[in-house]
Amino acid sequence: METSAAEELQESRPPRLAVAEQLMAIGQADIPSFETHLKKADLPSLTADATSIFQVNVGKLCNQTCHHCHVDAGPDKTEENMDWPTFEACLSVIADLKPQAVDITGGAPELNPHFRRFVREVRALGVTEVIDRCNLSVLLLSSQKDLAAFLAEQRVHIVASLPAVNEAQTDAQRGSGVFHKSIKALKILNELGYGKAGSELTLTLMSNPPGAFLPPPQSSAEARFKSLLKRHHGIEFNHLIELTNMPINRFLEYLLHSGNFEPYMEKLSAAFNPGAVRGLMCKNTLSVGWDGRLYDCDFNQMLEMPVQPEASRSIFDYKKDLMDGRPIAIANHCLGCTAGQGSSCGGATA
Amino acid sequence: MPYYQDGDLAKFGNIGKDAPELAKAFFDYYGKVFEEGALTVREKALIALAVAHAVQCPYCIDAYTTATLEQGCAREELMEAVHVAAAIRGGASLVHGVQMMNHADKISM
Repeated sequence: METSAAEELQESRPPRLAVAEQLMAIGQADIPSFETHLKKADLPSLTADATSIFQVNVGKLCNQTCHHCHVDAGPDKTEENMDWPTFEACLSVIADLKPQAVDITGGAPELNPHFRRFVREVRALGVTEVIDRCNLSVLLLSSQKDLAAFLAEQRVHIVASLPAVNEAQTDAQRGSGVFHKSIKALKILNELGYGKAGSELTLTLMSNPPGAFLPPPQSSAEARFKSLLKRHHGIEFNHLIELTNMPINRFLEYLLHSGNFEPYMEKLSAAFNPGAVRGLMCKNTLSVGWDGRLYDCDFNQMLEMPVQPEASRSIFDYKKDLMDGRPIAIANHCLGCTAGQGSSCGGATA
Repeated sequence: MPYYQDGDLAKFGNIGKDAPELAKAFFDYYGKVFEEGALTVREKALIALAVAHAVQCPYCIDAYTTATLEQGCAREELMEAVHVAAAIRGGASLVHGVQMMNHADKISM
């Protein structure tokens, strides 16, 4: 039986740590800084290449309140969402930049009232790949009955969150009942052709560890997810990407409250992999916030660490000549992207 | 102060202080054992977790709980591994009931 949107919405917890407190906490961890790790590995300071991934965080509204969310998204975040003039400014820059991909994230980006118009207009600009970072359960909301069909019609690449192929670990991270909703949504996507052999509709699953530990090797995890989802649920998908949890926002709060903060930071530091630096997503990504501010990545966005060129800190003031080659803003959370096999919005980097 | 402390595992390498060649030989061997081979790293981590419970090593239990989770194992897999250890330990006691019966038969009328 379908439940209403209102029934789906859970109470979102207010953020317990201000951004300044978060930066202080990760800065005071008893480990060498990210900058020191780069220097010890004889690596130069990070600078951006040309932007090939244009990532738009359209807002913090979400129908879930996941315990690890680096955005602190939730159903009560009705204000921090992108308006149409800001979308238009994005479209103008996209038309000029011609990025390889436009990556739409949130929150649940589909809940932004301008989401579908934006997808259509990005498509009309001839962008090859449009990515929707989807929490899956949003597809079951009564207000979003036609969403899956819309995504299929627009040939949107769906990157869907699923931390584990079992109910206990998925629900522990993403909320009670989310695993079964995710399975139901994946079946809907499969029926539309997503994830099927020979189909143009790409379905990528994205997994974050359900706890204070690093993700498994991506390739073996993909094989395991494929085998188990097919065997137990008849579900198919194209790729699995593994992401490391960033020690910011809700996951940072979890680390601090559970006594895992120092061991986790030590783990990230000990697992620093110089080979993961070259593939860092900040090298080729431009991240746009709901209010049009520009960042080197979605994590810097949440820590309110803007791009360094002061004259190009908003999509309304975007200046390509200042952005290509810009120094990237870093702090100790960056160790999350360089640990082990590396981590990015596209998965492992090393 | 507890006899086993969280921070002590990180000091494992210190055993090389008084017998460096033996320690090096052990750690080289240890590293090789846990590399991908006929068994996967994931399978070896689950075996190690079961053995850790059989030998009741607190350091190994923590280390291989983390290692198995970092290999993408579900918690029920971890618990099943612990049951394997318990079954072998329990079974090892129980199967000696045969020796007990053999001896009882031998000395009984």
